[in-house]
Amino acid sequence: MNVPNDRRYVDSHEWIKPEPDGTVTVGITEHAQAALGDLVYVELPKAGRKVALNEACAVVESVKAASDVYAPVAGEIVASNDALTAKPEAVNEDANAAWLFRMRPDDAGAVGRLLDAAAYSKLIAEA
Amino acid sequence: MSKATVLNRLHREAGARMVDFGGWDMPVSYGSQIDEHHAVRRDAGMFDVSHMRAVDLRGGPPAPRDLLRYALANNVDKLKAPGKALYSCLLRGDGGVLDDLIVYFMREDWFRLVVNAATTDKDLAWLSALVHERASQVTLEPRDDLAMIAVQGPQARAKVWAAIAGSEAVAAALAPFTAATLSSPQFGELFIARTGYTGEDGFEITVPGAHAEALWTALRDHGVAPCGLGARDTLRLEAGMNLYGQDMDESVSPLESGLAWTVDLASSRDFSGKEALAATKPARRLAGLLLCDEGGVLRAHQRVHTDSGDGEVTSGTWAPTLARSIALARVPAAVADGAMVEVEVRGKRLVARVVKPPFVRHGVALVS
Repeated sequence: MNVPNDRRYVDSHEWIKPEPDGTVTVGITEHAQAALGDLVYVELPKAGRKVALNEACAVVESVKAASDVYAPVAGEIVASNDALTAKPEAVNEDANAAWLFRMRPDDAGAVGRLLDAAAYSKLIAEA
Repeated sequence: MSKATVLNRLHREAGARMVDFGGWDMPVSYGSQIDEHHAVRRDAGMFDVSHMRAVDLRGGPPAPRDLLRYALANNVDKLKAPGKALYSCLLRGDGGVLDDLIVYFMREDWFRLVVNAATTDKDLAWLSALVHERASQVTLEPRDDLAMIAVQGPQARAKVWAAIAGSEAVAAALAPFTAATLSSPQFGELFIARTGYTGEDGFEITVPGAHAEALWTALRDHGVAPCGLGARDTLRLEAGMNLYGQDMDESVSPLESGLAWTVDLASSRDFSGKEALAATKPARRLAGLLLCDEGGVLRAHQRVHTDSGDGEVTSGTWAPTLARSIALARVPAAVADGAMVEVEVRGKRLVARVVKPPFVRHGVALVS
């Protein structure tokens, strides 16, 4: 599994990448896409929506199952990757590149307290 | 602890994602299950179905046929020519579905049943009791020594001929739903049936366990794509075929499960469950659903709202051939094909149209 060092992770298998402008980009991990299998539907949050920590704010559905995607930090949605609606399989092709949404955290320090790549790699190795 | 088929090692070596299915450790997919689905619709794919159990019924004529005449809801007397197969339910006295199976008539002293994995023990107990009551000269032999590989798709025939020397000579003339045996120098005693669970042409090949790896490898080397249970489920659902334990079980009547065509109520023959079924009028039916709205995928247990009352999705999926979601659902009997219904998908109500399965046959979409 490719677990890049340039971002943080949560145990519900989302990755969170800090951007230079203070926002964060959120996607699901390679581990998550492999477990779900072929994605066929995504539902993304609208820009401007305020979300609480761990609030379900997106849905990814594979042939096998539907899965909620949770806000890894509290904050406001600033963008979503609408191109995925027509091409959900992009997540299977490269989960680390196919982001779902971007948000501005309420607490700028929140992301730094999430799992780093080493801790997340250990988590999925033990799963 | 899950049981493993003799092909388990090859599945794991191929990097398959494994899952417990009916107590067996089975491959879901080897990569993309959608690619595997398309391989079967467009070319040829194969499935390890060794978790299913062949059960041989033997005994002096007419004892095996007499037993099956009572045990099966479909009429075994439709089987006249050796090699002919029949799909049937095994019913409890109250008409509940114990299992669905295929019965092959090979000789008057040899019939073969192929039953589902999760129901094997239950079926054997049920059949043993019937043998004890009605036909003590019949023997039941579960063939744990055999493995089974389903090869399916428009190119399945040509690839089987190439992979198994002598197969064309015995199997080329097989009509659908018939079987023949082949003594193969490479793979041992094979039982080749022109049956399947995908809506495509192909064979289900029963092979001695000791030769199963060699047969799987030979088929793979001739371009047959290994496919897992994920693709098997989307293929069978597109083909409008029921899955035992999901679309029907002991709690429902076959007449409310889209299986009336397999229940022979017309003849004077008595069979287990007949009296109970004849005495009731089905209130529900199993229908096909085609999702019209965007907004999710139909899944088992979703509620269906109709003008005649509520129903429930029994199996739902994304249909790769149709690029939309389909389902089987148990709905009030009054709901007609063509009716529009609403399905509750993750808190939303999405519109679906009632259609008559199958959705796809031989690679061609039958609904739109």
